[in-house]
Amino acid sequence: MLKINNLHASVEDKAILRGINLEVKPGEVHAIMGPNGSGKSTLASVIAGKEEYDVEEGEILLEGENIDDLAAEERAHKGIFLSFQYPVEIPGVSVTNFIKTAINETRKAKGLDDMPANEMLKLIREKSELLEIDRKFLSRSLNEGFSGGEKKRNEIFQMAMLEPKLAILDETDSGLDIDALRIVANGVNKLKSKDNAVIVITHYQRLLDYIVPDFVHVLHNGRIVKSGPKELAHELEEKGYDWIKEEVNA
Amino acid sequence: MSKYTEDDLREELKTKEYEYGFYTDIQSETFPVGLNEDIVRAISKKKEEPEWMTEWRLESFKIWKEMVEPEWANVHYQKPDFQAISYYSAPNSKPKYDSLDEVDPELLATFDKLGISLDEQKKLAGVAMDVVVDSVSVATTFKKTLAEKGIIFMSISEAIKEHPELVKKYIGTVVPQKDNFYAALNSAVFSDGSFCYIPKGVRCPMELSTYFRINQAGTGQFERTLVIADEGSYVSYLEGCTAPMRDENQLHAAVVELIALDDAEIKYSTVQNWYPGNAEGKGGVYNFVTKRGLCEKNAKISWTQVETGSAVTWKYPSCVLKGDNSVGEFYSIAVTNNYQQADTGTKMIHLGNNTKSTIISKGISAGKSQNSYRGLVQVSSRAENARNFSQCDSLLMGNECGAHTFPYIEAKNKSAKIEHEATTSKIGEDQIFYCNQRGIDTEKAIALIVNGFSKEVLNKLPMEFAVEAQKLLEISLEGSVG
Ligand SMILES: Nc1ncnc2c1ncn2[C@@H]1O[C@H](COP(=O)(O)OP(=O)(O)O)[C@@H](O)[C@H]1O
Ligand SMILES: [Mg+2]
Repeated sequence: MLKINNLHASVEDKAILRGINLEVKPGEVHAIMGPNGSGKSTLASVIAGKEEYDVEEGEILLEGENIDDLAAEERAHKGIFLSFQYPVEIPGVSVTNFIKTAINETRKAKGLDDMPANEMLKLIREKSELLEIDRKFLSRSLNEGFSGGEKKRNEIFQMAMLEPKLAILDETDSGLDIDALRIVANGVNKLKSKDNAVIVITHYQRLLDYIVPDFVHVLHNGRIVKSGPKELAHELEEKGYDWIKEEVNA
Repeated sequence: MSKYTEDDLREELKTKEYEYGFYTDIQSETFPVGLNEDIVRAISKKKEEPEWMTEWRLESFKIWKEMVEPEWANVHYQKPDFQAISYYSAPNSKPKYDSLDEVDPELLATFDKLGISLDEQKKLAGVAMDVVVDSVSVATTFKKTLAEKGIIFMSISEAIKEHPELVKKYIGTVVPQKDNFYAALNSAVFSDGSFCYIPKGVRCPMELSTYFRINQAGTGQFERTLVIADEGSYVSYLEGCTAPMRDENQLHAAVVELIALDDAEIKYSTVQNWYPGNAEGKGGVYNFVTKRGLCEKNAKISWTQVETGSAVTWKYPSCVLKGDNSVGEFYSIAVTNNYQQADTGTKMIHLGNNTKSTIISKGISAGKSQNSYRGLVQVSSRAENARNFSQCDSLLMGNECGAHTFPYIEAKNKSAKIEHEATTSKIGEDQIFYCNQRGIDTEKAIALIVNGFSKEVLNKLPMEFAVEAQKLLEISLEGSVG
């Protein structure tokens, strides 16, 4: 599904990613953990195609195809979805209008007509029920005045609507209380299949109790310094990151 | 490849050329350039006007000669040479048509290019069109349906002949000849325009709609519009404008007067996309308009405008709230790009008791443009319990454009309650990336963000106009990406 080879990326001449290697196969869940500032969000942004970051070395392959030259929207059309750590506000554009535009633009890119209104409605109803989203919420301006939890739930709602091949969840758990966390995790799990994959970026073990990873990677100073099975997450929870830093520096 | 940066956005905005820039070669009859009493008389004669009208024009001309062009607005331009303009231009063949087949095919082709074929317009639920091409009305539809209700909707030239008592009674009562430089000029030389009268208690069953075009090179256009809503009546009036591409600046100085008698309501909506000049700031229309409405007791006037065109815009649709409990509203979207300059806003003059006004202004600036909101809320000493709410929001794209807000408040009565809110925001790269990540390209993302920003005003437009307005916002702001 996704293969990253020796990826180096910088912003304003400051190196942030310094040789990332990662392979994600269909049906897998990968967790990426690591201290603040280690480059987790940057990695997510670079995969999604944010042009602010210069890719200086390495390559990103999606289903065998090099996507380095694709614009962000083209990557999205190919099935990459990023649940943002900090979703932005778009005043005056309702959640419904936004997702409708996203779906129809993606269909247009594939040479399809707009989704018929009744089909769209059915889909919205189904997915908002899955994530226990109030219908009134859907008519509000995108992320404007949303609580932290509402923002994250809205991200996962959009993910459910768009049914991506590769979903990257960047700290989707932060800002969620325990009930919301369960609902969101449950939603993600329902959408999982043997054909898609999820990368979960998180600080905490908590989310991984619900979305169980096949692999856990630790990012430190722009490199994946340790990878292991899901038990690695427990170890990190208990011992923090210092022992890994020491291991690396040794 | 279409990676987005602020620089790209700026580049993109620059490359959007005016889509309606073409010139229709309809044979015209044009007066020699220059303005003097003889020209004023000749215009009046050409239009077979009665003596009182000729006199009124001459009086206006005398007033205008004594006035100087105002300079207080936040716009900079080469002043037009008023002696280098031709003050009359009429399409040569101007019969009144019963069906579209009789209309000059060149003209129909023009409408096709504009995407406003009359045919399509006719099908749109109840839109009657009075089409003004280069100052003379050449087609009027739906007249019969309107006549059954006693509604008069015709060119002002016709009205001067057919309903002189109404025109004589109301013309210049809301915008006096001496009101300002451009209004005086218009009063002297106005070529044509629309007239509308809604009788007592009648609800006009359709949106009344006029499309204006400036067509002949070098002819200024001086439209005169008069709308009278008699007691307890209602009308929604739509005015839309497009102009072909021209290199020399074209002057437009219209006057619109609205009169809402007791318990009447007038909604006046405008979509304006005259040629704004090219990316270097050359050419484009100068738009100096005086629009004002008078509200009698319990009357209501709403101005809604979407301004995307013109090189220089000077425009302040206003309401004189004379009657007790009368209501004035102003909803505006003004878009400027490249080197466009807009100084627009409103005046709400509270004279009666319990009068209420609302002002919602949305300014969108891109390129090197300057966008100013200028608003006056005035409450007279005798107006008890006046209320005003004003909200002025500015959206900036890039770092080279400017947004300015000039709210003036003159409250002479202590019971007045006046609220003013203002915000300025920028389209952020993060917003664009967020949209891109969801599969929405940059062009569409900008349209989405701008439409969201303008929503409160777009919602005030009649349906068919709202669609056109959204299209215009996209045309004026989007680049030719991909
Ligand atoms: N656009 C940017 N401009 C400057 N520095 C950045 C930018 N994006 C990220 N960084 C820096 O790169 C490092 C990694 O940031 P980030 O990827 O957000 O880390 P994480 O998500 O792991 O907390 C931090 O030091 C951060 O300040
Ligand atoms: Mg982060």
